[in-house]
This record gives sequence, structure tokens and C-alpha cells, in this order.
Amino acid sequence: MCVDCGCAEPDHHHGEVPRKRISVEEDILAKNDRLAAANRALFAEQGVFSLNLVSSPGSGKTSLLEKTLADLKSEINFAVLEGDQQTANDAERIATTGVPVHQINTGAGCHLDAHMVGHGLEHFDLDSLQMLMIENVGNLVCPASFDLGEDFKVSLLSVTEGEDKPLKYPQMFRASEIMLVNKIDLLPYVRFDVAKCREYAERVHPGIRIFEISCYSGEGLDRWYDWLREKVGEKRTKG
Amino acid sequence: MHELGITQSIVEIALRTAEGQQAKKIHSVTLEIGSLSGVVPEALQFCYDACSKESLLEGSRLIIEEVEAKARCRDCAVEYPLTDLLACCPACGSAAGDLFCGEELRIKEMEID
Repeated sequence: MCVDCGCAEPDHHHGEVPRKRISVEEDILAKNDRLAAANRALFAEQGVFSLNLVSSPGSGKTSLLEKTLADLKSEINFAVLEGDQQTANDAERIATTGVPVHQINTGAGCHLDAHMVGHGLEHFDLDSLQMLMIENVGNLVCPASFDLGEDFKVSLLSVTEGEDKPLKYPQMFRASEIMLVNKIDLLPYVRFDVAKCREYAERVHPGIRIFEISCYSGEGLDRWYDWLREKVGEKRTKG
Repeated sequence: MHELGITQSIVEIALRTAEGQQAKKIHSVTLEIGSLSGVVPEALQFCYDACSKESLLEGSRLIIEEVEAKARCRDCAVEYPLTDLLACCPACGSAAGDLFCGEELRIKEMEID
């Protein structure tokens, strides 16, 4: 029986127009990727080296920025974009260093995207800028998928977290060229196996560059600073 | 929940495509989602129903085709499926493999009238 009209004939049509199948073949994140490419082109043109800092909430992204800016601002012109769901607390902390900073509040959003960063850049004088630090929303999942146009993603992991974070959140550590193991001054008091952590990160991302640091004691920061100086110099020459 | 933002992009692209085709109805939208794209299909489905309301997409079907991730071993060049990012090469045991598919986030096709 026909289900549409109830007549006895099983297979007959009721004047349906056949559906048209059209090929779309478009990347869903194409718009973000286009905007990220525009940011990247602008950074290249202006010779600005940029990093996208990602981590769980509380791993020390803002402390790392405060310390890095305080120690290097006399030799490198920085600007900082701060991403948080709410409050301007982090921007206020950065502002005390005297470095230009702009806060982006994502509201319900769990990550920064290239569009937000593009508009955030309008707050800075790019001509004199040498290095842009983008502090992403504290989240080890979503920011991995969104290119902001940065040179490198930098994942922070503190020793008060588990050393297996790279295994638990492989997407993020695979997307990051750098991993900073932070708060190493606390190693005597916590059960955190640095060697294991390095091994896990290397498994997820062969060749990932790892710095062990403490923003509190300053240990290990000299190597991080040397790397920043080198990269800022390279970008400046290209720009 | 970055699936919400991703779904908004899907809706934007689908409606733009439908408009370009002067479609009167959209029956379905087919996606290709890589198993390592970082997107949860169930969450996309949930967001799609919410985001398509009161548009030409309302009531249309979201079809998700999952693409299995594959890597090529850097040491012996064998290609193998990556069930997770930690899988090693089945031929030589090397952990160094380059992913060459499995991160897709694409709209493949649509069915329209």
C-alpha cells in the first residue's frame, strides 16, 4: 500500500521533483583560516613575531607573561592580547608592566578566533611592534582547532598538573611547537615525573621543543628568553 | 563547546550555497569529519538542530561521514590507520608518523530542491 495516499499500488509517485545533489567541498573553518592568513600576512609585513599561549586555567600563562615582559621589555617591543571569558583582570595585571595590552572577552566562547585577534590588533601601533603575545582562553581542547595567524602555539603545563596531560590532550600538544613545563620550583613537593612528561610530549609530537621553567624562581627562563630573542630577530630580518 | 561556533560556520556556508542555487528547500547537508578533527559528531548534531531553526535549513538532515585518520611512517613509509594520536607504525614500531588525513572538517555536499 502506498503510504502517502493509501491506494493499493505500492510504487507510484506523487509529483515529487527529484532532489538535486550539489557538491560543496568547502572547509568549515575556511573563514577562520582566511582571517588567520590575513593576520599572518600582516605580521610578516610588519616583522612581528607572535605566539599563541595555550594551557589549562591556572598553569601560569599570565605569570609567564608578567615575568617575560618585565625582563625583556627594555630590549623587545611587546604587545599582549588577553583572552578570557569574563573580566579584565589579566589585562590589568599586564598593564602594570607598562606593555600595551588589550583584553578580549569571549563571553560564552571557549577559544579565541582569528576574527577577534584581527580586531584586537587595531589597538596597537604595529609599526613599532616586534612581538605579540596572545594569551588564549584557559582550555586545552578548543583553541587547538583555531589558527589565529600566530608563528607558534606554545602549550604551558605546570607540575601541579599530571605529567600525562600530553596524552590526555594530544590534539593541543600536537598543534604546539613548544611546551613549557612551568612551576618547576615546586618539584620537590609534588609527584610529577618530568622525564615521563617529556617522553609523552615527544610521543604525541615528535620533535616538540621543551623548556623547563619557573616564573617564581626564574629557573630556566634564560633559555626561553634566548629562544624569544632569536625568533624576534629572525622575524625582524624577514619583515 | 567549540562545536557551536563550528555549527554556525556550517549554517552560514550552507545557507550561502543554497541562496546561490536559488534553493527552495534543503533536504540534507553532508559533512566529512576526520576522526582527529577534535569535533564531537553528537555535539555537532545537537547544535545543528538549534542553529538551523527558522531558516531554510530547519528540518533538514545533517549527515556526518567520519574519515578515518591515517599516518605515513617517517622511518619505513608504511601507511597505517591512526585510531589515536599515539598509535605506532605496525610495520616497524616507530612512533614518528605524519598524519595525512583525519583532520577534515568539510561540507561535502547538499541535497536541495
